[in-house]
Amino acid sequence: MGIIVDGSTKAVVQGITGTQGRFHTRLMLESGTKIVAGTSPGKGGTEVEGVPVYDTVEEALRDHKANASIIFIPAPFAAEAALEAIEAGLKTVVIITEHVPVKDSIQVMAAARSYDATIIGPNTPGIITPDMCKLGIMPAHIFKKGTVGIASRSGTLTYEIAAGLTALRLGQSTCLGLGGDPIVGLSFVDALKMFAEDMQTRAVALIGEIGGNAEELAAEYIHEVNYPKPVVAFVAGRTAPPDKRMGHAGAIIMGKTGTAKSKIEAFQAVGVGVADRPRDVAELLAVRFLKKENL
Amino acid sequence: MKLFEYEAKTILAKYKIPIPKGGLATAASQAREMAATLTPPYAIKAQVQVAGRGRAGGILFADSPKEAEVVANRILGMEIKGVKVRSVLVEEKINVKKELYFGIAADRSSQRYVAIASSAGGMDIEEVSVTTPEKITKYFIDPILAFHIYNARNLAKSLGYVGSQMQDLANIFFQLYRAAMDYDAELMETNPLVETSEGKFVPADARLIIDDNALFRHTDYEERLASESESELSPQEAKAQKADLAYVKLDGDIGIIGNGAGLVMATLDAIQLYGGRPANFMDAGGGASPEQMAAALDIVLSDSNVSAVFINILGGITRCDDVASGILEAKRRAGFAKPIVIRLVGTNEEEGRRMLTAEGIHALNSMEEAAEEAVKIAKAKRG
Repeated sequence: MGIIVDGSTKAVVQGITGTQGRFHTRLMLESGTKIVAGTSPGKGGTEVEGVPVYDTVEEALRDHKANASIIFIPAPFAAEAALEAIEAGLKTVVIITEHVPVKDSIQVMAAARSYDATIIGPNTPGIITPDMCKLGIMPAHIFKKGTVGIASRSGTLTYEIAAGLTALRLGQSTCLGLGGDPIVGLSFVDALKMFAEDMQTRAVALIGEIGGNAEELAAEYIHEVNYPKPVVAFVAGRTAPPDKRMGHAGAIIMGKTGTAKSKIEAFQAVGVGVADRPRDVAELLAVRFLKKENL
Repeated sequence: MKLFEYEAKTILAKYKIPIPKGGLATAASQAREMAATLTPPYAIKAQVQVAGRGRAGGILFADSPKEAEVVANRILGMEIKGVKVRSVLVEEKINVKKELYFGIAADRSSQRYVAIASSAGGMDIEEVSVTTPEKITKYFIDPILAFHIYNARNLAKSLGYVGSQMQDLANIFFQLYRAAMDYDAELMETNPLVETSEGKFVPADARLIIDDNALFRHTDYEERLASESESELSPQEAKAQKADLAYVKLDGDIGIIGNGAGLVMATLDAIQLYGGRPANFMDAGGGASPEQMAAALDIVLSDSNVSAVFINILGGITRCDDVASGILEAKRRAGFAKPIVIRLVGTNEEEGRRMLTAEGIHALNSMEEAAEEAVKIAKAKRG
């Protein structure tokens, strides 16, 4: 249960011998995630935290069954690592790396579409289905198994809100970090579709921020399909100075979307509860939508 | 990284796109010499990276080299939206029959580059996109197929051109696409793209913004950005850039440090919600090292408007023990002359708190409580 990752997820860590790769492999293993292999070109044959290391993904898959990858590779080579995972047949690829060039991300997303793979990120904290699988860098102890699905464009702000939920004993089905880049694999609408079909999820929290129009599109979708589960939202950046404009092309593509005001109004117009402070997300969920005894 | 018009045009010329004849001048006398080599009349254009320079008087015309000098003198040293004009582009003026628009940018929701063309280019293009969107053609480029000359022809036809004009325009669109891809453009735009009275097409203006994340593939610009920004930035901003910290100065009195853009933004929002005013946006980033944390504190504390600092850390990839060593390092180096409110939870939080407590620094648990506390302290200091 939960979305995208669960107890059946078996992952390869790409870039397992770097500082971050090593550190988070240990934490993912500690939280019960099945990490079956790692890659690091030139370091094949070694081990990290008891996980065998290979030079390439293809080689790792000759010895181990896996269906997912998590990438801790520097930005100039991150897209290539994602393509390697996609071509090797892995269906879920989490790209933790930030500062990936947009041109590279566009190529990765196109490849993922034709190979039917799901990309999470880049520039994401990853994904966690509490007590089952964590493919990411979030502190696992903040999360608790439960019924709220979270999708977020932010990293640390997600932990903030998830910790608030956990404190009110509102557990989570899956917490999905979409990634903070302009081009990412999954959108709020994708997440909403998956949470709608997930039996464990009873309510959804969306954590947005200024820039782009993902929140406005989510509001439109919620209205169009008469979304079957309650949704609450938080939007960061109410006090941010006006977003740097990206020439006329930006304005032509985005119109008047992108500000916190536009996003909050779009959500409110379709009945999504919008929290003023991060901690209010949990309270909104508890008070407005969920009866505590049913959790 | 935004390029200047003259730089963007130099790149266009490499792709055999016809650009107006001309050159750069940093002094009025140089503008006259440049003009003497060209055919009058001339256009003298301020080289600044802000929009709306035409309306601000940054583009003027001249009929003789002497007049070019006078006009250049007027523009050089002018301030446009707070940016000083250091150079002008002296060009042969184009005979405008019609102004077109062409641009390429990444589109988030389709995960593709989009090519945008319009027969209603010029200063009001954004207005056109709202009031008469049918005058704008958008073509979403399939990354697997890429953008080819036939796509460019379709776009040229959509603007109503046929025959050799259609071929000429299509070729310009196609070359602009190639340049945009080769240079990792976040935005490539020419507005207006002029149809001359002779029926030729010439980009009168050109903008190219290179994706900062791709600068490792364009090292000339990477080096220039580093040297250039040093002279343009405030001391705090320059220090932040060196330490790889995202810093934006704001006008309040509560210094803010956090990790992760979303959390920092939410922290600013919370400060405002409790009636305080943030002095800055400072994102120490995911995985901030002790050195980065110490640098962030130094920078924020060195802002004379800051009366109190709020550090809001929720560790994921950032480790609370690293944050604590950074804070202690900054304290050891300069002491804390201003009150500091710290909220520290997440990865390795026990160790981080233990380190701070040992030095007599108390860390709070809740972001909202800590924000409220910081606002209270700042208010008391203001009196």
